[in-house]
Amino acid sequence: MAVAPKRVPLPAILLANDLLDGDVVFASEQSQGALAWTRDPGLALVANDDTAAEQLEAFAVTEFKAQHVVDAYLVDVSIENGVAVPRHYRERMKTLGPSNRPDLGKQAGDGIQAERRG
Amino acid sequence: MYRYDEFDERFVRERVAQFSDQVSRRLDGSLTEDEFKPLRLKNGVYLQLHAYMLRIAVPYGTLNGRQLRQLALIGERFDRGYGHFTTRQNLQFNWPKLRDVPEILGLLADVEMHCIQTSGNCIRNVTADHFAGVAQDEIEDPRPTAELIRQWSSLHPEFSYLPRKFKIAVTGAEADRAVTKAHDIGLRLRRHPHTHEVCYEVSVGGGLGRTPMIGKVVRDYLPKADLLAFLEAIMRVYNLEGRRDNKYKARVKILVHETGTEEFIRRVEEEFAQLDGPSINADPEEVARIAAYFAPPTYEALPAVSRTLDAMKAANPAFARWVEVNTTPHKAPGYTALTISLKPVGEAPGDATSEQMRIVADLAEQFSHDELRVTHAQNLVLPHVRQRDLFTIWQRLGEAKLASANIGLITDIISCPGLDYCALATARSIPIAQAIQHRFASDTRQRDIGELNIKISGCINACGHHHVGHIGILGLEKRGIESYQITLGGDASENAAIGEILGPGLAAEDVPDAIERIVNVYLAERNEGESFLANVRRIGLSPFKAAFQEVVHAAA
Amino acid sequence: MPLLDRNGAKDDIWARSEGAAIGNISAPIVPWDALPDALNQRAPDQPLGVLIPNNISVEALKEVLPHLALVAISFPAYSDGRGFSLARQLRRHGFTGTLRASGPLIADQFAYALSSGFDEVELPEASAGRQPVAQWLRALEQISHTYQRGYGDGGSNILDQRRAARAAAQVHSQAPAQVPAQVPAQLQAEAS
Repeated sequence: MAVAPKRVPLPAILLANDLLDGDVVFASEQSQGALAWTRDPGLALVANDDTAAEQLEAFAVTEFKAQHVVDAYLVDVSIENGVAVPRHYRERMKTLGPSNRPDLGKQAGDGIQAERRG
Repeated sequence: MYRYDEFDERFVRERVAQFSDQVSRRLDGSLTEDEFKPLRLKNGVYLQLHAYMLRIAVPYGTLNGRQLRQLALIGERFDRGYGHFTTRQNLQFNWPKLRDVPEILGLLADVEMHCIQTSGNCIRNVTADHFAGVAQDEIEDPRPTAELIRQWSSLHPEFSYLPRKFKIAVTGAEADRAVTKAHDIGLRLRRHPHTHEVCYEVSVGGGLGRTPMIGKVVRDYLPKADLLAFLEAIMRVYNLEGRRDNKYKARVKILVHETGTEEFIRRVEEEFAQLDGPSINADPEEVARIAAYFAPPTYEALPAVSRTLDAMKAANPAFARWVEVNTTPHKAPGYTALTISLKPVGEAPGDATSEQMRIVADLAEQFSHDELRVTHAQNLVLPHVRQRDLFTIWQRLGEAKLASANIGLITDIISCPGLDYCALATARSIPIAQAIQHRFASDTRQRDIGELNIKISGCINACGHHHVGHIGILGLEKRGIESYQITLGGDASENAAIGEILGPGLAAEDVPDAIERIVNVYLAERNEGESFLANVRRIGLSPFKAAFQEVVHAAA
Repeated sequence: MPLLDRNGAKDDIWARSEGAAIGNISAPIVPWDALPDALNQRAPDQPLGVLIPNNISVEALKEVLPHLALVAISFPAYSDGRGFSLARQLRRHGFTGTLRASGPLIADQFAYALSSGFDEVELPEASAGRQPVAQWLRALEQISHTYQRGYGDGGSNILDQRRAARAAAQVHSQAPAQVPAQVPAQLQAEAS
């Protein structure tokens, strides 16, 4: 459930769903290099090498065990205009929301605005 | 409709408390995620692409105004102001939070509703003909049977950890509007030719998904009194012998197929013979108690045809068209069963806003003896409408964008949520439905084409019933992009048939062209009064394949 | 391994044997494939139990059932519900000894197991460690009545209770000045 044994190609980001809310969350870097979850895909930490990817995987395992998130896994991305965009269309949907409802989901700032204010 | 007694009431309240406790035990680590997942699924909670999803049971598609209004409230308070009616006559919300689910369940219990067994490897919400009790071709109302099965299958001690999900549908009419042959068990009420007693024809092993199959009849005339014991026998054989080594081969259809229908019947009958029927079956008083709730309402004595209606139709062609397309003849003179389309051009099929739900709830209370139905085609029905009230209803529906005159037509598309919401999907469904609707938006054109069912699934699991669509569309992933496979000649009726694949998969933008070319073949080749499906059956697949290939070549 | 029944945790008087070597064990549970040998070797008054996989047919068990005091049905995973049906069939074939569910069940299945004919559940340490006995007993109480006839204690299911209520209502309606007929008498009886 936590992380697939075979790692996706790098660069990659770590995403998951918040256990209690269900929202898609991304691992991001806080001050002093500590990891934390954010609802904003724009803030996802991009792992460019094995060391960084291992750090994300370890975070996924810890957070899953701590009952904070479920379904955490690495997603390979390309960098477009400085932003990490999942290569696969399925994962891209998770960073946006339903394509028939641009008024809903991350594309509409759901959960992200509140976080920025917070 | 059925009303809870004190036992039913206590049962759902206890189930709410049980689920709250299960969530707590997940959060404190008593239950692992792997252990909790089937428990939440058995209560309708999925983890989807963007959020949790909650699937609420609408048993055999029957609702009253108060219930629909409560769903509207839940949609506003805990979701994003809309819900999605499904091909299993249920309603699902796309954005609930797990922390809110116990409270939502409490609100549902307040109106005699629940989410029990709307997912998981157990007996799912039982479905039935959406015109139950009002259809002219009905032999007997299927809902008492469906309600009996709903109760019997709820938290069944023996059959809650089956090899795979298990779906039961019931019809009591000659025309099969419940797709019973595509269910794990399909029950059809019918009269015995000699005794004239109403019995069940029992089919087992239908299903869509990866390996679509039409159900096999295992009993031609099962006496009604034996129902629960016979179901127990089928379920026991399946629970013991269904495959558990491969999730894709775990449905009962594979067991029936691999064992052979004859041998499967022998095993079921052998088990059934050993059961003590009287200690298992519901007694006649209990069956009568349930059936009494489904007695028809008191209808007014009305002329068969309303002159008010005729006058309104003559004065208003758009209204006349809507009446012609969206109403179904009713048992009672002067009444009609009205289907409200949840397929306005350009909207997600089956979606309704909280505001729309409230309007329909009002209409049901005011004009349909406080009753409404959800259809497996993702529309709503007001089952007991006086013909003379249709004009008022039409106007009110029009204000809510619910007056599309397209039931059974090419824009009345069945579609699963697809990859816009669903974690299992391999491609999107909703935008494909929208694109086809836009292409065929003209009312005149739709009516000229006539009855044509398009059904779209966003993955092989076939929630959108694509196999039994006159035109079926299956969304897949091909080399990292969405690709759509088109099938032709499927049929969801009593003549159930699985559609055949026309050719290679298409890119999303080519799908409307392909559909248009298929339709054009029909328009060119049809005889006077010949429906699309009849035409496909008569002229065969070749002309359609040829037209389809032109799209493939144009795209290449 | 931890063992519990409807009253809570209990000591296991049974011990598993490796094969058919049961000479030193007062109440041995032997593996299914060692059962024929064990039946030959057992002392006249030595009780015998067997651990069976959940894919054994009841036909294959019928003949040995009268010689067994315990049958443990293996649950390879909590999600594999075959054991519930097998238990039902063993009871129907007249087995009156102890029926044990053995495997990583979860507390939410306890009521199902008992209703299907099991007497007790034997858990691996890991499952028992996460799910204290109190949770199992609480889970047992969560749904007081279910709809299926013929499972668990006779008569406690909802259908039979409705039937009893109807019968009581009839009696009451024949004897005036009693409780109003529509009040379910069995609920009052239960509360007391």
